[in-house]
This record gives sequence, structure tokens and C-alpha cells, in this order.
Amino acid sequence: MQPTGYRRTSLDRLDSTFAALADPTRRAILARLAAGEASVTELAAPFDMSQPAISKHLKVLERAGLISRGRDAQRRPRRLEGRPLAEATGWLENYRRFWEGNFERLDALLDELKAEKKRGRSKR
Amino acid sequence: MKNTGNLKVTASGDREIVMTRVFDAPRNLVFDAYTKPELLKRWLGVFGRWSLPICEVDLRVGGTYRWVWRGADGAEMGVRGVYREVVPPERLVNTEKFDEAWYPGESLNTAVFVEQGGKTTLTVTTRYESREARDAVLKSPMEGGVAQSYDKLAELLASGEIRGTERRERP
Repeated sequence: MQPTGYRRTSLDRLDSTFAALADPTRRAILARLAAGEASVTELAAPFDMSQPAISKHLKVLERAGLISRGRDAQRRPRRLEGRPLAEATGWLENYRRFWEGNFERLDALLDELKAEKKRGRSKR
Repeated sequence: MKNTGNLKVTASGDREIVMTRVFDAPRNLVFDAYTKPELLKRWLGVFGRWSLPICEVDLRVGGTYRWVWRGADGAEMGVRGVYREVVPPERLVNTEKFDEAWYPGESLNTAVFVEQGGKTTLTVTTRYESREARDAVLKSPMEGGVAQSYDKLAELLASGEIRGTERRERP
């Protein structure tokens, strides 16, 4: 039994989402973009990293569909794409909640069954 | 008494996932709840608007089961399999294949019910056909290496800046 079947999600997409999120610099970039779009120069500023190094991270994020490029041809601002993140989180929450939820309902059911058994026994 | 044991989920070997949970009830009741349709319908995968309207169980070695959940807007999720070992109230082995599986092959589930002092420890081992299949399920993030990413992700999402509700169809 798995919870994820409740919601079909492309495994390939999730793979690349997780790979992209595995790096602290890329997570920091996403956190920065959560505050609004930013150019490569702006994104590179807080990091002790060359612009090409940052561009490499941006490419990974872009391939994972986590960010996209804005219209402004000169600045090429990057912006956050919410959907893959939401899918990844949804999957996590679904899985945990699914079995926890199942077993909590089972706890309640077992309490009922125990009570029934007790009643049945005391009648005899 | 609720939550006598917290749910534990671990990866084991190359292609298994093991789940352990303690229930405050004798194992014959836990086994019943695990195998009787009228009881399964009350706990397994039924939350929100999901119900389990089709729950057929032929509980014998070689017998099949077929379960179909139904959710909002007619959404359905089905699973089927065959019982390989049926030893009430201590052991149940069955194959499992979802109609729309997101991992290759079917899995083999072994449920072991151990009773001690009126409580039952349920251990469910799910064995996938390959490491790739197991890892695909593991990546549906229960535990392990991506946990940190998830924590960060949760923070990001909690900031409220990221909206997950845009419904753009993907190819």
C-alpha cells in the first residue's frame, strides 16, 4: 500500500527535483527567489562563488523546473516555479500522513472491537 | 490508549521497506482488522473523501484480493494481488500491484503479528522487484537522504511565498 497513487506524479520530475534540492547553495537560491525574482548577479552576490559557478546551479534548478527565466532580455531574472516544490512536499506529507492516519484509524477500530468483545463476554 | 507505538519505517537490504507499529490489542483483532473487508473499509486509506467501496478478499493461499478506493470527482485507485501465505493470526504474505503503479513490477508484502502482554507488534516488510523500484518508493520521501532537503523545502513553503496551487497541465 502506498499513498502516492492517490496522486499521479512524474517520477522523473521528482528525481530531478530531489537532486536539485540536495545542494545547500541551490536551496539558498530558492529561498532568495521565494522573496521575488532576481538576476544572476543578484543571486551570486551573497555567495562566495563565481558567476559561472552560480550559473551551473541555476541550470540544475532550471532543468528540474524549479525556476524559470523572466521576460526582461537584459537582466534575464530568474523566478521560482512553485509546482514541482509543491508536488515534492505533497508526496512527503502524503506518505507519512497516509500510514500514520491509517494506523490511528486502526487504533480506534481496535478499541471498538475490544469493547465489543468485552460486552460479548460479560453477557455470557 | 492511543499510539502505543510510533510508526517506524526503514529501508532494509537492497529492495525492502520495513514498517513497524505497536497496537494496544490482541493480535487476533489486529489480524481481523487487516483481513476482513467490513473492517478494512473502516481504516485502510479512507480519509477525506476517499472511501473503499470495492474490497474483495479471498483469504486463502492462492486467493486474490481486489480493492478500489474512490475519491472526490470520481477519482479511483485500485490495487490487486494474491495471498501466498495465510496463517491467522500471525502471518500474512501477499503480492501487491497497483493499477497505475509508479514503480516497476509488483511487490511482495509480509505482515507478521507478534503479541506480547496484550499488545501486538505488526511488522510489514515490502519487497520490491528491484532496487530501482524500492528506491523509487523510498524517494517518495519517507526517510533517508532527502530528509534535509525536505526540511528546507517545508520552511520555504511555510514562508507562504510559494504557491502550490497553480494547475498547469504537464505533458
